[in-house]
Formats: sequence, C-alpha cells, structure tokens
Amino acid sequence: MELLLLFIGAILVNNVVLTRFLGICPFLGISKKVETAFGMGLAVTFVMTLASTISYIVYEFILDPLNIEYLYTIAFILVIASLVQLVEMVIQKTSPSLYQALGVYLPLITTNCAVLGVAVINMQAEYSLIKSIVNGFGTAVGFTLAIVILASIRERIEFNDVPKPFKGYPIVLLTAGLMAIAFLGFSGLIK
Amino acid sequence: MDWNNIIYPALSIGGLGIIFALGLGIAAKKFAVDVDPRIPQVRDILPGANCGGCGYAGCDAFAKAVVEGEALPSGCPVGGSSCAENIAALLGIESSGEGKQIAYVKCQGTCDKAREKYAYDGVMDCKNANFLQGHGSKACEYGCLGLGSCVRACMFDAIHIVDGIAVVDEEKCTSCGMCIGACPKSLIELVPYDSKVRVECHSTNKGKEVKLSCDVGCIGCRLCTKVCEFDAIHVDNNLATIDYEKCTACMKCVEKCPTNAITVKEKE
Repeated sequence: MELLLLFIGAILVNNVVLTRFLGICPFLGISKKVETAFGMGLAVTFVMTLASTISYIVYEFILDPLNIEYLYTIAFILVIASLVQLVEMVIQKTSPSLYQALGVYLPLITTNCAVLGVAVINMQAEYSLIKSIVNGFGTAVGFTLAIVILASIRERIEFNDVPKPFKGYPIVLLTAGLMAIAFLGFSGLIK
Repeated sequence: MDWNNIIYPALSIGGLGIIFALGLGIAAKKFAVDVDPRIPQVRDILPGANCGGCGYAGCDAFAKAVVEGEALPSGCPVGGSSCAENIAALLGIESSGEGKQIAYVKCQGTCDKAREKYAYDGVMDCKNANFLQGHGSKACEYGCLGLGSCVRACMFDAIHIVDGIAVVDEEKCTSCGMCIGACPKSLIELVPYDSKVRVECHSTNKGKEVKLSCDVGCIGCRLCTKVCEFDAIHVDNNLATIDYEKCTACMKCVEKCPTNAITVKEKE
C-alpha cells in the first residue's frame, strides 16, 4: 500500500515536471509530436529507473561505508552518463527512426536534471532499494504523462489560430503553466 | 593527515568509472550498428564546416546523401572541385562536369565612374541605406552601395569593398551564397568560375538614364547581340546577359561595347 501511494504520489502529486519543475528542457523541446514525446518518455523511464537502482547501490554500498557521501553528485552523474550512452546505443540499434526523432535530446538526458534529481531525492529521503526503484519509475511515468499531454495539446494548437505574439514557445509555456496549475489539484489526493 | 581521505574517493570513483567503461565497451560491440563505411570516409573529405550550403542539414547528412546516390559529389560548394574529385574517386563514380561556381558582383560603378545623388552619412549597412529616399545615395538605383553588408556576410574573407564597390576574391570564394542574401540590390549571382566574359551591370534603366548616372552601365544598345556569332548574349529589359554555356570568350562583344559594361576576367 505504501509503495502504491509512493508510486501514484510520484506520478501525480509530486510530478517531476509540473510540481518540482525539473527536466523542463526535454519537456519543452521534444513535445511537438506525441510519438516522439512518448519515445522520449520511454527513454527517460528506462534511464531513470535504472539510474535510481544503480545510484542506490552505489550510494549504499560504496559511498556510505567509505564515508565519502559528499561525492554523490559526481558518482550519480557518472552512473547517469553511462546509462544514457547505453540507451543511445540500444535505441540506435533497435529503432533508428526514434533515434533520428530524438536527435540531440537523447544525449541531453545526461544533463536532464530530473534524472539526477530523482537520484538525489531518493538519497535524501533515505528510501530503501524497492522504494527508490518505485519512486524512480513513478517519477519517470509522471514525466512521460506530462510530456505526452503537452505534446497532444501542442498538436491541437497547431491547427488553431494563435495570435501572432503567442505563436511558438509563448503559447507552449502558457499551456505548461496551466497544466502545472491543473496538477496542483492532485495535491489533496494523498495526505 | 589521513591518506585514506584521498585514496578511498579516488579508488571508488575511478573503479566505478572503469566498470562503467567496460560495460559501455561491451555494449558498443554488441549493439554496433552497421553503417556504410563509406559515409564516415566521405564525411572526412568534406570541409566539416556544417554550413548547410549544400542544402542538407550538415556535412553528415550530405555525406549520407552522396553515398546513397541522392546528391552529387560536387554538391558541396565549400569543398570545391578537389573535394568533389576525392569523393568521386572514393565512391568510384564520375564527378559530374559541373564546375566550380563563384559569386560575382554585377556592378563596376566605382567612385569615379558612378555618380552620387547625395552624400550618405548614415549607418554603414546596405539594407539600411536601401530603405532611404532614392534607395541609397548612388545615382543608379541598381548599383552597388559599397557599404559592405556582403563583406560582413562572407565567412571566408572573399569579398571586399574596393573603390566603393564590392569585389569578390575569386580564389577564396566558396559559392556558399551568403553574400547573395545580404545584398539588398540583388547584385550578386553565382557564375561559373571558368567564365571570362561577364556583363558587369545590373541596371534595367533605359540607355539615357544609365548614361546620366554611370559611365560604365549597360545601355541596352544590342551591339553585343549583333556581333556575337554564338548566340550567347542577349539584351532583355535593357540589360545584356551572357549565356555562359554558349560563350566562347571570343571577346568580340567586349571590343564592341560602347560603355565597357562587358568585362574580361583575366586569370593568372
């Protein structure tokens, strides 16, 4: 029950993009088409879940026993950067079209603060291994949900008559802001 | 001092790095994608400026297009003929006969030959001057303003203002086309590098008006058309244009032109 609450909480209440405002770059950058947004979501999900697992192991069994916790930022970035490289290779092999569509944003997951953010949140909240994995996966699902919703809204905006000063990113930022307000409504869901 | 404070972090982070590097190395072998080995080779021949002058997203995209047969080896304007020959040799295909092109400014109205309407003392920018009354200070509204917008657009230091007009350094020009867009008078066009005889005027004004504003403008008298034996020069809208494919550089039109608007480019 606790894990389910944590999972739903990570998706809706503490949505990484719309509540914590992490990972805005891919959120705005790759949300033009639902298909690529979903692909990006999957890539982030894969990286984030694995990153929370491995960073937990690294923190718990290497950094903590040696009393070098202060190195967690470097260690986590090392983990994330390697994982992103791995994901890039796998995607290039399995789905060249997705690889093309994600383009420069795929290596950018390395600097996606959401991934590092989750690892740090797991550490600071002192979650267990299972909890870290669930939190990482839930956060990533929350990211995917947010980016897919924004992408579907943007696809519809394309066909609408947007006033000239609002064309492009202004209307996207407005939409994202409205989405953040809407997600605020979930805050009463879990006490 | 406790040496462990240094050794532990160094060993642990270094060890992590080595483990991840090994993992990535194995993954790189396992998930290696078979790309055409010629694509990186073609990519190495290209200048690598990623200027987009070829119409593709960058040198990588152009290399892919060439190997797949979508683009011609000579498609890279920056690399020029040597680059095209290298690519063609690598791919075992004939480099197409399309020669190198260069940018060319169709005006020779230098300070002493073209008259001014007024003294311009504004921003040194052709687009800016072109917005003003009379489209710039030159009496000829088609002429080069000589304020150097094209000079600033050129990434290869191949165009300079000499005597009040822009002149292209044909050895440095890569025909990337940046200056063409920068010229508000649309004075610059791409011509074959080999072409010798060129009409150095862009004015479609009637002969009398041209005479009043400039000593070396094309007055549309059609003498060149009559003297040309190869049907290579035509006067349209009071301006002579040369068909570079037909021109044999016999120089007859150059000799005949009463205003010297047709010029010869001598190569060393």
